[in-house]
Amino acid sequence: MLKFILRRIFLEAIPTLLILVTVTFFLIRLAPGGPFSAEIDVPPEVKAAIEAKYRLDQTLPVQYFGYLADLAHGDLGPSFKYKDFSVNDLVNAAMPVSFQLGVTAFIIAVILGVGAGVTAALRQNSWVDYAVMGVAMLGVVLPNFVLAPVLALILAIWLKLLPAGGWEGGQAIYMVLPVSVLCQHYISVTARITRGSMIEVLSSPFIRTARAKGLPMAYIVRRHALKPALLPVISYLGPAFVGVITGSVVVETFFGIPGIGQLFVNGALNRDYPMVLGLTILIGALMIAFNAVVDILYGFIDPRIRIK
Amino acid sequence: MHHSHGLTIIVAALLFATNVMAAKVPSGARLHSKQELVRGNATEPATLDPNKIEGRPESNMAVELFEGLVTLDPDGKVIPGVAEKWESRENGRTWLFSLRKNAKWSDGSPVSAHDFEFSFKRIVDPKTASQYAWYLGKAANVQNAMAIIEGKKPPSELGVRALNDNTLQITLEKPVAYLVATLAHGSLMPIQKKLVEKFGDKWTDVANIVGNGPYQLAERVVNGRIVMKRNPFYWNNAATVIEKVTFLPIPHQSAEYQRYRANEIDLTADGGVPSEQLAQIRRDIPKELVYWPQLGTYYYLFNFRTKPFDDVRVRKALSLAINRDIIAKSIVGTGETAAYSFTPVTTAGYKAVTHEWENMTQAQRESEARKLLNEAGYGAGKPLKFELLYNTNEQHKKIALAVASMWKKIGPVEIELVNQEWKTFLDTRNNGNFAVARSAWVADYNEPSTMLDLFHSKHGNNDGKYSNPKYDTIVDDAKSLLNESQRLASYQNAERQLAEDFPVAIVYHYSVRHLIKPWVQGYGRNPEGRIKTSDLYILAH
Repeated sequence: MLKFILRRIFLEAIPTLLILVTVTFFLIRLAPGGPFSAEIDVPPEVKAAIEAKYRLDQTLPVQYFGYLADLAHGDLGPSFKYKDFSVNDLVNAAMPVSFQLGVTAFIIAVILGVGAGVTAALRQNSWVDYAVMGVAMLGVVLPNFVLAPVLALILAIWLKLLPAGGWEGGQAIYMVLPVSVLCQHYISVTARITRGSMIEVLSSPFIRTARAKGLPMAYIVRRHALKPALLPVISYLGPAFVGVITGSVVVETFFGIPGIGQLFVNGALNRDYPMVLGLTILIGALMIAFNAVVDILYGFIDPRIRIK
Repeated sequence: MHHSHGLTIIVAALLFATNVMAAKVPSGARLHSKQELVRGNATEPATLDPNKIEGRPESNMAVELFEGLVTLDPDGKVIPGVAEKWESRENGRTWLFSLRKNAKWSDGSPVSAHDFEFSFKRIVDPKTASQYAWYLGKAANVQNAMAIIEGKKPPSELGVRALNDNTLQITLEKPVAYLVATLAHGSLMPIQKKLVEKFGDKWTDVANIVGNGPYQLAERVVNGRIVMKRNPFYWNNAATVIEKVTFLPIPHQSAEYQRYRANEIDLTADGGVPSEQLAQIRRDIPKELVYWPQLGTYYYLFNFRTKPFDDVRVRKALSLAINRDIIAKSIVGTGETAAYSFTPVTTAGYKAVTHEWENMTQAQRESEARKLLNEAGYGAGKPLKFELLYNTNEQHKKIALAVASMWKKIGPVEIELVNQEWKTFLDTRNNGNFAVARSAWVADYNEPSTMLDLFHSKHGNNDGKYSNPKYDTIVDDAKSLLNESQRLASYQNAERQLAEDFPVAIVYHYSVRHLIKPWVQGYGRNPEGRIKTSDLYILAH
């Protein structure tokens, strides 16, 4: 196991991240419009001072290696836009918010999604199946930016049950709407994958054998069918988890949640190079880590692919 | 401001309670028990450091947390701030500001003239990298400001000096009669030297920041909220009514509107009236839609480097063809007004001149435009082809489509609409890679020069590169005229020159527009769009 982890870190994670940093570093500089392009003309001397302050006056290779050296110390640099903060300050403040929102949405998505998928699979082609899959289909096609205002209109403005936005340090009542909007897509996709995979597993010979032995259906599902049926679900949920905790741009922007998603989109719009780079690295690192977690989980579920 | 024979003239020394900024609650008004206000702020401020402000989101913070030498009353009139009176000498070349002795920082220490001197020297220091470094030089003409910005002189040479703790002397390169109006700018707040020296860029952190405004910072969550509580040491704290104000940075107007409807916001950001919901707003909450004229102009910029826009006939034809009333009233429709002069009519000390083409009917303008286009050589077989550039935005798109269709009415004009994302657009426009581009200019202070300077051949934002020595002379000379009516006449001449040269096609004057809950009172009609929380109060509801 230790060997597996070490191999993952040194042979896969670090080279992958290095490529990611390099590509992002140069790619973002190709975007037209610079971080300090402004509506008001700035005298050349002031522009030079700004560029010197943020090392933009140096050659690209110097900037690049300078960035890598800082990165090695965990320093993501100053934010070009938010002059009172470093990227580390901003990410440290935003990460717990996105994490709290994302983990809550994720847990709900897994429970409801798997539950709905299994229910539908067990009653394949019944009205229950059609109802569950119909709702799930709606969830897949209904975009966040439609659902968010509709829910806010009904629950916050008309019924006055919930706040229409804000975070207030993550109080439960402020989480209901954003979590609902954020998890609906994941519930739907999880339900669909679970159903498909469950139907396949239920028609396999070993389940038929179990049924022939006269075992109760609930027991068969729990003991024999669920584990193999979850394999494709887990490979979807690994990256999905990263997606959900690194912030949803739409949900965060609409509900005014101070998380990673808003930082990312503003970073790109403002050409805040260190911000975009820092978040790309963070998301890349999380993606690699959770793909590794998925691989390990696979081993627990299916001994045939257990790591040697 | 009237100056008769030089020497010392007291310009403003009235210190009645009435002309001091504060919330004026009418007697009999029943106040709400909770004086807490929530405001939209469009975007997260780039900084809370006044010297480094970039635009409205930052200056909104500066005017709450700090107070300059002078400030603006709810209607935008310049009134004493930290300075209680001022006088000019040498025909407006030297100015002395007397600071009130009871002005205090939020840590209880007195605000001194040295704090202003430090701040003014800091903003022009290229090392500070302030986007408004040029302001003291170009707008206020403070001695040596431009030389310092250009690195030719050290910041210590700036013509700003604390004569003692309560007197600040500002020396100018040349007389500027309206100097005081320029000093209400959000970037010119006093700053404590010891804070900047001790904390560097971190001096604006919640734990470190010390201000001298009616409010002090209580909490800051980036992209979440900025909370301020009243500053008990503020000299006029007794007149403040609102206890706590929360600013929410919500970039999307529809999201802000949703929260406004849910009663979570009392006052939306400037411009916080989503055009998609305008019909609904007018139907459901017409009294909460509040607007008044703003010192800003929306226009299309012609690029003099691109043929045929170096030909005045083409520029004039395109300008005349625009039906401004349709755009101002039907497309934008929140109090904007059709514009024929670049300087908004509501600018202090300005009276609009009526241009000859302004008196024509739209049909006459169109036939004149057709004639001009013909003369310029465009007609059947030789269409006028060009790209119209604008930054990606639904409103700009609607206007561009309308204008393009108006232009097509005057002859064979083929227009390609091109939209670009903001930063890309800025670079394209600054680099001159356009034919005709959407633009806007908003006043930095309430005086015509802030608008008219834009067309000076040396102005950094003269992106179309219009250049007319005659025009340059008019605006250069106007600024130093101490006689108000002479100055006005010069500004009118400048406008007449613009109406001859058509460097841009002026479209409309902006309006300040908000959604405001009926219980929020105390705001006026400040054409600069500033609404200070300390002027407001909340009625019982």
